Amino acid sequence: MKKLRIDETLYIKTPGFLSEQRIRKGPVAIIECTQDIPCNPCETICPRKAIKIGLPITNPPEIDEAKCSGCGLCVLWCPGLAIFVLNYNFDKIRASLTIPYEMLPLPGKNEKIKCLDRNGKYVCKGKIEKVTPPKKNSRTSLITFSFQKKYFNTVRGFKK
Amino acid sequence: MEEKELVIIGAGPAGLCAAIEARKKNIDVLIIDENIKPGGQLFKQIHRFFGSKQHMAGIRGITIGEKLLEEVEKLQANVWLDSTAYGIFGNRIAGVIKSRKKNVTVKAKAILIAAGAVENPISFEGWTLPGVMGAGACQTMINIHRVLPGKKALMIGAGNVGLIVAYQMLQAGIEVKAVIEIMPKINGYMVHAAKIKRFGVPIFLSTTILEASGKNEVEAAVICPVDQDYKPILKRTKSLDVDLICIAAGLQPLNELLCQAGCQFTYKPYLGGNVALHNENMETTIDGIFVAGDCSGIEEASTAMEEGKLAGIAIAEKIRKRKWDDEKLEVRNRLNDFRIGTFGEKRKISKMEIEKEYYEKVKN
Repeated sequence: MKKLRIDETLYIKTPGFLSEQRIRKGPVAIIECTQDIPCNPCETICPRKAIKIGLPITNPPEIDEAKCSGCGLCVLWCPGLAIFVLNYNFDKIRASLTIPYEMLPLPGKNEKIKCLDRNGKYVCKGKIEKVTPPKKNSRTSLITFSFQKKYFNTVRGFKK
Repeated sequence: MEEKELVIIGAGPAGLCAAIEARKKNIDVLIIDENIKPGGQLFKQIHRFFGSKQHMAGIRGITIGEKLLEEVEKLQANVWLDSTAYGIFGNRIAGVIKSRKKNVTVKAKAILIAAGAVENPISFEGWTLPGVMGAGACQTMINIHRVLPGKKALMIGAGNVGLIVAYQMLQAGIEVKAVIEIMPKINGYMVHAAKIKRFGVPIFLSTTILEASGKNEVEAAVICPVDQDYKPILKRTKSLDVDLICIAAGLQPLNELLCQAGCQFTYKPYLGGNVALHNENMETTIDGIFVAGDCSGIEEASTAMEEGKLAGIAIAEKIRKRKWDDEKLEVRNRLNDFRIGTFGEKRKISKMEIEKEYYEKVKN
């Protein structure tokens, strides 16, 4: 049976997905949103005006590599759960990814996890680095987890 | 017989927003809803909505619902819950079974029908077994009543409803074995598909269901790929171990009351099927009968709210014999802002056609 497959080729070189050169410099938002959805909270919420959608609001989000600091506010607000913060320089050997998380129970800090790709397939081992529980009325948690640098474009989720 | 200026049937996003606008203009409003709680389907929308700031984008449906109820309460609109509007009779009279006990007729200067939509079923062998249900029904059970209708599920249909509800089933702790879609591509947004794919839920394209099997309830689903003519390739069937099968095959407007009121209809596939003709003020071909929300064409909660506001203002204009053109223009602009993109554009065109057909019919 024909399965829908999602991989990085769908997103690389789209306006929300920065160059590898920028990614290697430090924390940055990765926006995996390429369709003409009438939606712009990422643009409105960004304190540094690093995300541009403009008019019409169906434009795919475009990210300014110089302005984005990887603060993660857009991760929290994206209704499509399509934004992640990637920190290529988490430490010498590992990158980290911050994802929006709407499942319970929340993982614990330092918990060992299995990192998954965009299709939910196992990629490598990882570790939970930070758990930010939801603020009032938000109901979205942010989870930061680390894994081997070389999988920075592949890993997008985890399981326990 | 009771008398009200405005009777609103349906306390969902459209009905509540209409009530708020009409109350702001001091119209005497009665909202009728057959459910025990107002809010329509908003309270099961636990996801954040798309849109812009003025559409309350990024806010969850459940939070929007709470805000609307607060406002309705503050503005003191009358609400009859657990009450079914069963008919619209000549000269704007609504027949209502109030609180499931008493038959009441209410005469109004205007009636807004915002009754929402009904899910499209699809039939297959075994589809009457307990455990086969609409995706919306499953969503109500998990998000409103907090009841798990099953442990292992199959979702039929990869439109936005199928994809979103599949994700919410994961949140509720249901193992989603697969989402199947008869078309060669998904019809919903990729971001919604990506959410469930990351959790390892397979989405099978060009695939249909043949059978729900089980003795007294669903025990398995037999699925099968289809060829280019959508004919099942029977030698490649596969059985999935599931106890829940959800159908997300689209919605259609809940037209009964509009039909009974004598409204004229037109067929608009991008809006879910037969839709009551209405003009730019949401008034149908019957004088004083208005329509808004999914009832006037299947769209989204965000558009339903704007249409409700538009109807509320237009009804106040009619009753008070005044004009609030600027306010209506603002709402219409917000509606247009939302009706863009792959999905929105087609709905916008259909809505324009409806307005044109309305004037052709009303003139004649």
